Amino acid sequence: MKLLVCVSKTPDTTAKISFNADNSEFNGAGVQYIMNPYDEWYALVRAMELKEATGGTVTLINVGPAENDTVIRKGLAIGADDAIRINCNPKSSLYVAKQIAEFAKDGGFDIVFCGKETIDYNGSEVGGMVAEYLGMPFISFASKLEMDGNGATITRDIDGGKETVGVATPFVVSAAKGLAEQRIPNMRGIMQARRKPIDVKEPVAFDDLSTVVSYDMPPAKAACKMLDPEDMDELVRLLHEEAKII
Amino acid sequence: MSVLVFAESQGGQFKKSAFEAVTYGYKTAQVLGTECIAICLGEAGNAADLGNYGASKVLSVADSALNTVDSQAYTSVIAQAAEKNGASVVVLMHSATGKGIVGGLSARLNAGSAPGVNQIPTNDGAFRVKKNVFSGKAIAEVELTSDVKVISVMGNSFQPEVVGSPATVETFAADVPAARITVKSVDKVQGSVPLPEAEIVVSAGRGMKGPENWGIIEELAELIGAATACSRPVADTDWRPHHEHVGQTGVAIRPNLYFAIGISGAIQHLAGVNSSKVIVVINKDPEAPFFKAADYGVCADLFDVVPRLIEAFKKRKANS
Ligand SMILES: Cc1cc2nc3c(=O)[nH]c(=O)nc-3n(C[C@H](O)[C@H](O)[C@H](O)COP(=O)(O)OP(=O)(O)OC[C@H]3O[C@@H](n4cnc5c(N)ncnc54)[C@H](O)[C@@H]3O)c2cc1C
Repeated sequence: MKLLVCVSKTPDTTAKISFNADNSEFNGAGVQYIMNPYDEWYALVRAMELKEATGGTVTLINVGPAENDTVIRKGLAIGADDAIRINCNPKSSLYVAKQIAEFAKDGGFDIVFCGKETIDYNGSEVGGMVAEYLGMPFISFASKLEMDGNGATITRDIDGGKETVGVATPFVVSAAKGLAEQRIPNMRGIMQARRKPIDVKEPVAFDDLSTVVSYDMPPAKAACKMLDPEDMDELVRLLHEEAKII
Repeated sequence: MSVLVFAESQGGQFKKSAFEAVTYGYKTAQVLGTECIAICLGEAGNAADLGNYGASKVLSVADSALNTVDSQAYTSVIAQAAEKNGASVVVLMHSATGKGIVGGLSARLNAGSAPGVNQIPTNDGAFRVKKNVFSGKAIAEVELTSDVKVISVMGNSFQPEVVGSPATVETFAADVPAARITVKSVDKVQGSVPLPEAEIVVSAGRGMKGPENWGIIEELAELIGAATACSRPVADTDWRPHHEHVGQTGVAIRPNLYFAIGISGAIQHLAGVNSSKVIVVINKDPEAPFFKAADYGVCADLFDVVPRLIEAFKKRKANS
């Protein structure tokens, strides 16, 4: 099987979020970057497991600048065979999806994996966009995926529960928690990753249809009101009368 | 020109979020000086009701193939309706269903998109709308420059508002593509409120010591009509099911009221819950970071406090 895994780079979950002086751009100074957890822990690891079970190849694709190579190398250390980087500074999901689809359309991939969302822009869009451009079915939020016959049986999160569906290859799937267990790359993997190829390609022209014009921080919370642990009637009263909720 | 709103149903009934979506669409249509049209797919609720929330008409596509959510089929039918009705904005909810469609729809319509918005757009020379980014740690203002725009709205950001009366319902003759996904089984969480839609959430962490102690959490939740949630290590050790895991790598929620019981308030946990309107923290450690994000705090042993809180709610119920 030929598997393609879309990987994205995000600030570490503990990164301090701040912006430049006119609030138009994320301030990346001193920020640690990681591979987006949904891409790494679930999408890539499940792709590796399928390769280990049935043979084939796992290719990574990232749409981004040269500094993303460190994140791509981590994916190669986890076991991917090779990687493509589309060399650009993307500003919108549609742009990213277009680049991935352009690369994938003649690649003969059986499954295109991506994470269910990135932890920075929280869009949940790229998978569906790639599927639409490729004319493939899209299964969102997969928490289980087993190959059978000429397709797969996939359990996905739906509103208020789970649903199990069957789909023939090729398809695009977005990975949610449960699809696989996080793997820590070992020394051998890290050494091998250094010799694996990252093929750099230039992007196809595509106009952004959405751009972030400014950033802002959420309004600061008022100080926490500490209550007497003996008197929960008071908490219930405050929720009712002050917060007007219960 | 129009604003087209997809109103989601479940089991033949509109979800509350369908009314939130129409309310959002109606307000967006007012900003643009146009009308709001709703569309419902498959077995839906009473379509005319959407008029109460501001839809001037409702398109109904009662094809039974649409009773299950097939992203491709939904995308195709909504795109056809958008084109036929000259929609300049398509509004979805940022639910599991909506997230499965938002990307495909914007690719299909060549539309700029803003997924997960929590404010009404502005249109002073440029069409702009705000959404949370960095898992709720910041807010971004996004400008959409395409003729057609796709927006998905965070649940529980807008309360449904009754502004009109029942609307006329038209059958929309859509070309429904053959399904490429077959549904084998559906496993709905029974009885309880689905977490992403819940207005009140009772969440507990490792401070609970073990799964056998969750009785008080479930009792409290049931008493006040809340959904239950948990921190990541609790789900990872299988004390609780995975779908209860909230935070940056779990479900992001924005209920009106969030109880955090025996949860330290790690940055990754806060990321998924800090948009909650009111946060109550129960923790025995006065240094627990969660108190900084809380509106009300109780610093004591949860095994003493939670039973007392249950009693207090029972008393209030009995007296009201
Ligand atoms: C990449 C990454 C992603 C992550 N994503 C998430 C995520 O999405 N969601 C998430 O929740 N975590 C996430 N985490 C984990 C997070 O960092 C914390 O480890 C986790 O949230 C801690 O869970 P907890 O608060 O239940 O446990 P602890 O941190 O162990 O806190 C337990 C709390 O209970 C209190 N307590 C103990 N006994 C009692 C008692 N009897 N009465 C009252 N209080 C008591 C303690 O004072 C303590 O504050 C992530 C971590 C990483 C590295």
